[in-house]
Amino acid sequence: MTTTEHSEHIERDDHGAAHGDTGAHKPNSFYIQVAVALAVITAVEVGLYYLNIGKLFMPALLILMVVKFLTVVSVFMHLKFDHKLFSYLFYSGLFLAVGVYIAALMTFRFFDGG
Amino acid sequence: MAIIERPSTVPALPGGDVPQFATPASSYGVFRRPVTTTGWRSWMFTIDHKKIGIMYGVSAMFFFLVGGVEALLIRTQLAAPDNTVLSASLYNQMFTMHATTMIFLFVMPMAAAWANYFVPLQIGARDVAFPRLNAFGFWCFLFGGIFLNTSWFLGGAADGGWFMYQPNANALFSPTHGVDFWSLGLQITGIASLTGALNLIVTILNMRAPGMTLMKMPIFTWMILVVQFLLVFAIPVITVALFLLMFQRVFGAQFFNVDAGADPLLWQHLFWIFGHPEVYILVLPSFGIVSEVLPVFSRKPLFGYKFVVFSGAAIGFIGWGVWAHHMFASGIGPVSVAVFSVSTMLIAIPTGVKIVNWTLTMWGGKIRFTTAMLFAIGLIVEFTIGGLSGVTHSVSPSDTQQTDTYYIVAHFHYVLFGGAVFGIFAGFYYWWPKIFGKMLDETLGKWNFWLMVIGMNLTFGPMHILGLQGQPRRMVVYPEKLTGEGFFNLHFWNTVATVGSYILALGIFMFLVNVWHTTRKGATAPLDPWDARSLEWLTTNPPKVHNFDVIPHVHALDEYFHLKYEEVDTDAGPRLVKVRTAEELHEDQEANADKNIHMPSPSYWPMLVAISLPIMAYGIIFSLVLTVLGGAILLMAIFAWALEPAVADASDYDPPPQGGEPTMELANV
Amino acid sequence: MSEATLVEVPPADDHPVHDDHGGHMVTSTGLSNNKLAMWLFLGSECLLFGGLISTYMLYRGRHTGSPGPAQLWDIPLTSVSSFVLLMSSLTMVLAVSAAQQRDDRLTCLWLTVTALLGSTFVGAQVYEFTSFYHEGVGFTTSLFSSSFFTLTGFHGIHVTVGIIMLMSLVGIISRSKIPGDKAEVVELIGLYWHFVDIIWIVIFTLVYLIPA
Repeated sequence: MTTTEHSEHIERDDHGAAHGDTGAHKPNSFYIQVAVALAVITAVEVGLYYLNIGKLFMPALLILMVVKFLTVVSVFMHLKFDHKLFSYLFYSGLFLAVGVYIAALMTFRFFDGG
Repeated sequence: MAIIERPSTVPALPGGDVPQFATPASSYGVFRRPVTTTGWRSWMFTIDHKKIGIMYGVSAMFFFLVGGVEALLIRTQLAAPDNTVLSASLYNQMFTMHATTMIFLFVMPMAAAWANYFVPLQIGARDVAFPRLNAFGFWCFLFGGIFLNTSWFLGGAADGGWFMYQPNANALFSPTHGVDFWSLGLQITGIASLTGALNLIVTILNMRAPGMTLMKMPIFTWMILVVQFLLVFAIPVITVALFLLMFQRVFGAQFFNVDAGADPLLWQHLFWIFGHPEVYILVLPSFGIVSEVLPVFSRKPLFGYKFVVFSGAAIGFIGWGVWAHHMFASGIGPVSVAVFSVSTMLIAIPTGVKIVNWTLTMWGGKIRFTTAMLFAIGLIVEFTIGGLSGVTHSVSPSDTQQTDTYYIVAHFHYVLFGGAVFGIFAGFYYWWPKIFGKMLDETLGKWNFWLMVIGMNLTFGPMHILGLQGQPRRMVVYPEKLTGEGFFNLHFWNTVATVGSYILALGIFMFLVNVWHTTRKGATAPLDPWDARSLEWLTTNPPKVHNFDVIPHVHALDEYFHLKYEEVDTDAGPRLVKVRTAEELHEDQEANADKNIHMPSPSYWPMLVAISLPIMAYGIIFSLVLTVLGGAILLMAIFAWALEPAVADASDYDPPPQGGEPTMELANV
Repeated sequence: MSEATLVEVPPADDHPVHDDHGGHMVTSTGLSNNKLAMWLFLGSECLLFGGLISTYMLYRGRHTGSPGPAQLWDIPLTSVSSFVLLMSSLTMVLAVSAAQQRDDRLTCLWLTVTALLGSTFVGAQVYEFTSFYHEGVGFTTSLFSSSFFTLTGFHGIHVTVGIIMLMSLVGIISRSKIPGDKAEVVELIGLYWHFVDIIWIVIFTLVYLIPA
């Protein structure tokens, strides 16, 4: 039995960033700013709910929803700054889900209006 | 005999950081880890991918026999018109459980068996990325399958067909607990598939030997990768469907109550969005096996490796866009029907590419007709037949006549039996020497093969006629007065099919005879009996616990072949000359063996987490007290698992009999 | 959680088999096994929630004889609870940041705040469900109600599981017993938590704000 020559622990590099993070770690103030922006968008969404902007309401809300969704995914979940493989894995699931379920709903004539 | 060494706490790399590990003195461990290497405990708590692969295979073959008996009962009932072997109720349970067992408890776990055993070996790895999760997946599958089959004894099995259409599968028309066992049992096996898929994808992406780019991976590994992606995305869809079904039946939720305004097509969509990728999940592993076998026994590399890879990925991708071809007669409307008809025709293209590539692999090769090769060629022929009937289904007007008849039954049995099952059997004959160190007998193998070929064609061939003559699926009896006259007499062809099924059963019995004979008296296998091409053959028979003494550095596709053969210029032109034998390569491995191989340690927790699930499921059916109890076990076992380090520490090993320092030898060696 | 076990140290006189920056387990992509697995898992969860959301969208208008969305929704309450969950994403990021700075105390603090915000959200859900029940809309009342409670119930269970993981992590970090890469565990639980948040972003818009 030979003695071990190394161990299996995980090292940190000098910046304390986790291995695999390709972007420099952002300061907390950046994330707080993003959170404020998201809160503002939420307020706008709720505001639009009470205002009456007619046919623009649904597209506006959907766009705001997508913006919030992608912001949390890219920034808070760090996907934008990480290796592209993670994005491929996640977005393939997302697009598959959206595609398949919209197709199914279309066969129910869900989007046919009225 | 594996020797595990405890990692030292001395940092070996610059930076000198203290590792953030649980040290033995501070771990939560109450129980010693199960570190034995022999006996039943070494199987029950193993996290070794090879042992797990064997357990998947044995369990899957057991369920194959169960599903086969169910099939024989169906065929016996249908051997003659107005037959009374099975009551209508029992018949419904029989075809439901036959399909469910074959799909979820045989083909999928058998593919998992091959994948678990051979993917790490083919990519030059020592195990999968998450060994305990691997063990958990196996126990989940086994317990789920057993749970599902206890329904036979607890009021009756599921009887709504394996696709369990609503509202027929509701309490009104399926009053026993059978459907509940079905929905809960499949949830449990679904968890196994999902975790297995996560594991294998990370393994294949992250644990390849140095130099093995994705385009140097063996085809079997590629097909398994595609299948795991299909599983990762398809299993959640059936999970939703099964939850809706369970909530409706057990808690009275409204999802499929037509009176309340429900649309039964919701179930069909959810089921088939899973169900169509599922059929590619079933067949692609066998395509992978055959893509390994054909080159070896043609003494030629696979023709068009890149095309075979891309067509496999294309099948996986397009497979998401065809599901409603199972619903052509459900009233989805002409636009939907047309769209899905076209997409279904498109998917024949990448499949055709594979067939062409396989055929061209054999063309001009020096073919050895071993049993493995026979099954591989058999797959090409039988799957093509099944594929051709599939193309007729894609044309929706003709499908409107064919759907719900035996013509469909013929199609999917040709592709599933002639495709998935033949590939699995090719795998048995090809890989048996590596796993068990013995050669399956070739004479018995030929009997096995030919009886299966004759049996399957006699069983499923006539079903094309039966279907086009109008015999519907899932009918317990067919009356004499409707059997018709002359060549297309339904009675005659049903009898032929039944006889065929018995011949098929005999063929499978020959396989079992072969296994038994080989175990008792089989010839010991050399390291590389087939002069193969991929890295799994660079191991002992069976491979050592740590697989490779030295992780190979990969330079080419078919790396193992290129280790043995070199192209040499001769007077007659460039020739491939064998420069190393398998035995010499093995000696090289042992001479340069790595010294610090850390293998993960066995664990109790995967099995305990797994067993909590059927306990909770029984509770949902019978008494919520059991669900609470199962939930408590689940929670405790998950915490224990999460807090347990991957490698056992010194105190888990028996001290040596003469006293002194524990040498980290595994106990009971 | 991490099974970092199969590490080989290349012989000193040979070139390293992988470009190893910081002593992490050597992988073909250079990326962490656990992180790959988590992103894959989240990709699969898109299909789970997609199915539940589609079922709801199909059935949202089918509630003959019983109250429907227009009668039931309390938009102010739901807006506040959505905001709370959104802010919990921020505190989760701060926890990950603290973990990467190796500040155990601050990490535990932010994890606890995240769990508290999450619990507030769940509490509001429970209140909302109870009030619906009192207005005559239960799990089995109509297609709309079954789909609604299933969708939001699944989401709520995911949040609850997340809270349990957060508090367990706090407990484990405080006792320094974590068997693996601490910052990575916090990051991975963070990914799960954010995912639960983005599903709610979708639910809030599609279920509550956009009228049937």
